Amino acid sequence: MKFGVLRFPGSCDELDALAAARRVGDAELIWHGERDLRGADAIVVPGGFSYGDYLRAGAIARFSTAMESVIAFANDGGLVLGICNGFQVLCEAQLLPGALLPNANLRFTFRQVELEVLGSGGSFTAACALGELLSIPAKHAWGRYYADPDTLAAMDRAGQLVLRYTEGENFNGSLHDIAGVSNERGNVFGLMPHPEHAVDVAIGGSADGLKIFESMRMAVEGARA
Amino acid sequence: MLIRPKAGILDPQGVAVQRALPALGFDGVGNVHIGRLVELDVEDAAQLEPMCQKLLANPLVEDYEVQLLDGSA
Repeated sequence: MKFGVLRFPGSCDELDALAAARRVGDAELIWHGERDLRGADAIVVPGGFSYGDYLRAGAIARFSTAMESVIAFANDGGLVLGICNGFQVLCEAQLLPGALLPNANLRFTFRQVELEVLGSGGSFTAACALGELLSIPAKHAWGRYYADPDTLAAMDRAGQLVLRYTEGENFNGSLHDIAGVSNERGNVFGLMPHPEHAVDVAIGGSADGLKIFESMRMAVEGARA
Repeated sequence: MLIRPKAGILDPQGVAVQRALPALGFDGVGNVHIGRLVELDVEDAAQLEPMCQKLLANPLVEDYEVQLLDGSA
């Protein structure tokens, strides 16, 4: 199984994403100007400040050459994980519903957060139990998830609300404490916290983030078997 | 192009400024909203609307309006 990890000008978490992916499979970086996804079975759109976050976070990265290929890959059913800035890019690309707005506290905030797995069994949480609590760091200024009420209700019915902040953890003001959502088909997933920074208990005290990458490996290898 | 947060969506910048103004003696201020101004020269003004839709605004969360200034057709 091979992950492709995108790298934009201004990305800063792509190397951690690469290292996390390499704990469960092969992984390779893909520069934003490349069209070829190098035969990757799954794509990670990493965190950072692509194109300086100019205009809106993710607004310009969404039109990059590599993202054109990622959109086609997702539309063919390929697995795409967006972390933090990557989540913003996937929303801007309309691969995921909704948008991410400036934190309600107007601050760049960096802290460990506790998340509850609302939807288990999907391609990104198959390695988690329903209701399992994950401890993963978050660090962002634009993480307030918003979608209009009708969209949120439809997402809830379709099981697209995958992760939520537990009580007291929603520092950014996301509606319904939403931390991570998937598309209707379940092959595209975005979250604001950083699973790639929680893959080894020796660093940060939690390896819960590895479960997201492990779930993707299970989904790809299950699809192949 | 004037781009502003849609009504009903929390605008924390607007809230912060609204709270700061009375501290400076400016009373009676309400409904502060902060958006963006994009100025540009363009040959074909018909391009402005699709520019806002595709890039300059996020229509899910922002409203926009286009104003043509001096020298525009």
